[in-house]
Parts: sequence; C-alpha cells; structure tokens
Amino acid sequence: MATQPRSRRESWRLMFLIFPSLFWLLVFFLIPLVIVFAISFGQRGTYGGVVWDLTLENYARFFDPLYLRIFGRTVMIALTTTVICLLTGYPLAYFIATRPPRWRNGLILLLMIPFWTNFLVRTYAWLLLLRDAGLINTFWTGGLHNVLVWVAAAVPLPIWDPLLQATSVHLPLFGTSGAIIVGLVYAWLPDMVLPCYAAIERLDYSLVEAAQDLYANRFKSFTRVILPLTMPGVVAGSVLVFIPSLGAYVTPDLLGGAKSVMIGNVVYAQFMSARDHPFGAAISFVLMTVMLIGTLIYFRAGRE
Amino acid sequence: MPEYAVQLNHVSKHFGSVVAVNDVWLSICDGEFFSLLGPSGCGKTTTLRLIAGFELPSKGDIYIGDRLQGETPAYHRPVNTVFQNYALFPHMTVFQNVAFGLEMRRVSTEEIQHSVREALELVRLPGIENRKPDQLSGGQQQRVALARALVNQPKVLLLDEPLGALDLKLRKAMQLELKALQHRVGITFVYVTHDQEEALTMSDRIAVMNNGRVLQIGTPEDIYDRPINRFVADFIGETNFLPGQVKAGRGGDAVVLVDGVLPIHVTGDRGVGMNDEVTIAIRPEKISVSVEPTDSRAVPGVVEEVVYTGTDTRYLVRLTDQTIATVRQQNVGVRATVSFPIGTQVYLHWQPETARLLTA
Repeated sequence: MATQPRSRRESWRLMFLIFPSLFWLLVFFLIPLVIVFAISFGQRGTYGGVVWDLTLENYARFFDPLYLRIFGRTVMIALTTTVICLLTGYPLAYFIATRPPRWRNGLILLLMIPFWTNFLVRTYAWLLLLRDAGLINTFWTGGLHNVLVWVAAAVPLPIWDPLLQATSVHLPLFGTSGAIIVGLVYAWLPDMVLPCYAAIERLDYSLVEAAQDLYANRFKSFTRVILPLTMPGVVAGSVLVFIPSLGAYVTPDLLGGAKSVMIGNVVYAQFMSARDHPFGAAISFVLMTVMLIGTLIYFRAGRE
Repeated sequence: MPEYAVQLNHVSKHFGSVVAVNDVWLSICDGEFFSLLGPSGCGKTTTLRLIAGFELPSKGDIYIGDRLQGETPAYHRPVNTVFQNYALFPHMTVFQNVAFGLEMRRVSTEEIQHSVREALELVRLPGIENRKPDQLSGGQQQRVALARALVNQPKVLLLDEPLGALDLKLRKAMQLELKALQHRVGITFVYVTHDQEEALTMSDRIAVMNNGRVLQIGTPEDIYDRPINRFVADFIGETNFLPGQVKAGRGGDAVVLVDGVLPIHVTGDRGVGMNDEVTIAIRPEKISVSVEPTDSRAVPGVVEEVVYTGTDTRYLVRLTDQTIATVRQQNVGVRATVSFPIGTQVYLHWQPETARLLTA
C-alpha cells in the first residue's frame, strides 16, 4: 500500500510543530559548529583571540606524539569503560528484565536514583573515596595496618612482613586511569543498562525455550539466540557509553590528576588557559570525526 | 506390557496458589497420536510444557520412554516441540533454523546438509533454505517449525496448538497432512488443542481436560459416543441435555421422568438407582423426526424453529416439559420445502443406546 501524499496544509502544520526544535538546533548548534570549524583553520593571536586564516597547521599539530599519546589513552579509557559497563550492565539488565513485571519498574527506578544527584557531586564523592587521605586509604593505612601490626605482634610470622609493608603506604588510587574508569563506569552504567533492558524485555522468551528444546544448553542459548537478538540494545548502549567517555572532561579533571589527562582536558586547556582557540577547535573536530566513524562502523557491525 | 512413550504418574503443577495441573495420570503409547483437549486454562499446555521440561512438576513423576525425567533440563530430553507461535529464530535462515538441533548435538556438516534437505522435503518445502522466517507465509513457517523439530527424530513430538494461527481452509488441509506425516515418520505425537473437531479428526486417543484434571481418556468414538460426564458431552460436539429422575429400571434399561412429566427410555451402561437425579445426553443427529409416533417410546413436541444449513436442517423442538431439543436431519434428497414447518406437532425418537445417562 502506497502512502497517501501529504496535503500541503498538513505539511505546513508539521513544519510549525518542528520549527522550535529546528530553530534551536540551527542557532545554537549548527551555526556555532560552523564557527568552530572555521576557527580550526585560523591562528592564535599574540594575545589570544583568533587570527582568521586558512591553515591546516592546527590539524597537523594534533599528530604530535604528545597529543597522539593522550588521544590513545583517551580511546583506551573510553573502550575499557564501555567493556566494563557492558560486562556488568548486560547481566543487570537481564536480571531486571526477567523479574516479574510488577518488580521491573521499581528496579529501573532504583537504577535511576543516582541520576537525581548532580553529576559533579557524584564524581566528587569518588574523589573523597579514592584520594590519598580518602576513605579507602584511611582504612588501608589506618585500620587494616593497625590490625596487622597487632596480629604480627601476637603471632610473629614472616608472612606478615610484605603485608605490613604494603599497608604502610597509600594505595595509588587517585590520579590514575583506573580512577577515571571507575568514575566513568559509575556515571554511564545506566546508559548501558537501559537499552539492553529494553532489548531483553522485548525478546520473545519462547525463542529461548525453542533453543533449549533443540538441545542448546544455557550457554549456547545465550550465545546463539539471546545475545544476537538483543544486539541492537548492546550496540545502542555501547555507543551511549563510549561517546561521552571519549569526550569526558569533568571525570578526568577531578579523578585523573596531572598524569592521566584525557583529550577533553586538552581541549579545555586550549580554550581556557592556553587561549589557543584554533588548536582547541581542531582537536574537537578530530574527536568528532573519530566518534562519527567509530559509531558508523559499530552500528554496521552490529546489524550483521 | 505395551511400550509407553510418555507416562505421567500423579503429576501436579502449582503456580503460587494456582493449581494448573491437578493429579494427572497419563500413559501415551509408542507411535500414538495423542491429543490433550480442553478449553483455555484447562492445563493442557502446562502438561505439554511439563513433558518438554520447560516446567518441572510440583508433584509426581514423568517418564519419557522408560526413563524417569526428574529435573532433567529441556535440552537433555529426547523430545522436540512445535510452538504455538512457531518460535522460529528470526535472525537465522530456514536452513540454520532446521539445522540448529543437529548442530547442537555436533552432527557432522555433511549429515546436517543431508538431513535438513530431507526434513524440508518431508514437509514439502524444498528449496527455501536461504530464506528468513519473516519472508515466509504462516503456513510455510508452520512447516519449517515442524521440520526443525522432526529433523532431530525425537522420541516424542510435542505440538502446542500448531494450527491455531492458520485460516480455516489451510488448517483443514494441515490436519490431514499432519496425520499422514505422523503415520510416515512413526513418531509419537502429543498434540494440544482446544478445537474438538481437530482432536476428533487427527487423534488415536484423546484426553479431555478441565480445571487441571483429566476427565476422560479414550478414542474419538469413545469420547464422542460415550462421554462420561456433562462437561465432556458438552465440550465435544453438540448435545441435548434433559435433566430428570429415574422412575423405573430393569438391568441397564431405565425410564427417566424428565421434569416430572415426560418419560424417556434410555439404555445405561452403568447401574442407576430408583429416584436418582440424572441427565440424559442425546446428540442432535441421533434423533429422527416424524409426524406420527413410530412406537410407544417416541417423545412428542412442537417445532419452534427451523434452520437450514445446507448439508442439514436443524429443528428446535419444544418438548412437553418445555425444554428445547435440537434435532439435526441430513438433507438427503432434493426437496425445495422444509418437511416440518414451524408449529407442526412431531414425534422424536432415537435408539435407546444412543442416549447417555449421566450422573454428573
């Protein structure tokens, strides 16, 4: 059946409805994006600001080993975050989706509750846990160390020595890629769970029974039927986690310290402290291009 | 002792406080076409799922062949299922669907190729190996589901209302085809349906279920001609029920006084006592109509309504006790007019042994 050609009046009405969002995107997204794109070909003025030009120098600078290393680390952190979110989020989504219907919404709500707290506050909470004088290290070098000293005094055995030595110094938690990954996983896990949950909940369970009826054990019915059929959720969740992780700024800024800079921090620094807007713009565009290509490849792979 | 393909010994299944299957006892013979028949919610599908291993019984034992199943998971049971909605894997081709079970059992590639082709020929669908399920019609999907189960040569094939989604004509054709297929492959079929006609057409034996219990097990003739209670008589085909009291009896013969005024002669195969409250069940097609009484047993009445349905004519006759009896007369000859117009005084008679005396 062919669709009816829409009347002129109806299409005007449709235009009227989508105009606000269209207008918004045009003025506050597309035009600024074009400006940033234009700036990326300019040069930094002597006292900041932009000298308009048409140079590819900013893009060339990105391929400096210093920035490439940061970019490589950024991709690794974002990938690790995505994989951890997938490995923890999918089972959680499966668990929620297989509860009785009256339980499901409540469990999803529980998952959303952390979102009601400000993102900065949540990240800050991790700082309080992970830093050298934080909760974990206080326990490690305080409580646990003291207990070990006491035990070692009561039962003098050589096995205590390495443990005593280990607990006498802070664990290097803060300022590492690990700390950033912990913060990012915590922040984006629900973005993985929700699309996976939606896909698993939609799955016709009789297909799983059919697989088991045809001699597939639990593992086989998962790899051959459940996972392929919930792949759209996995793809969507992975993209939703990977992209904000790749562009993360607040999390590495608070939890990463000087040694674990991500590309988002570099962009920030170019705009706010180095005052090199053209270079910051160029990095942003490289980042966007990588995200776009990566997402397209991933979606295509997920479809097959 | 006959070989049994499936046995259920006092099997019950509870879901919370709901008793889905209540103390079911079944012995299904090897090579039999066995139907579980009943209205929706009667426990027939749960019984099938218990055999398949998708549910475990709350009480009782299930044997497949001579092996007690206990908590054996579905993937270790020598049975295969044709699901109500077919449950074909949408992301696989027809070939991959049919090959799935063989692949899981690590059958060699050449053998899989061969067996899948054979199975698709068996269900008369050769050459569609590379299509996806959503490119098939309902009837074709149904056949693929059948091939996917049969290719494994299970000890028992379980079918859960497999024809429910097909249109009437296709359903009729598939009924005969399934029956023929079952003869050819010689596999035991356990067939769940709520369609009494389907069950009568296809089955060697039928178990009629209601409220989680098996009410009667027998051949289609047993079930149709000798229903043991009112539910079975009512569920299978059309029946007139005449409630009354036993007034006289000699051996198996009894005279039942319907509503205190109408004496009816019946032959019961179970003893009834004087003054017992009983129900007479009589099929509309077993009754014949005439204007004159043929003998002393004829029951008088007045034609209330005449319905012409092509193959036969149905008369609704008001008896002297005011109950309405349905009578079906086959239209054998060529006749333009109805033989007994509304308002005609008629007499109904039937062979006493065709009427059933029901105590429940």
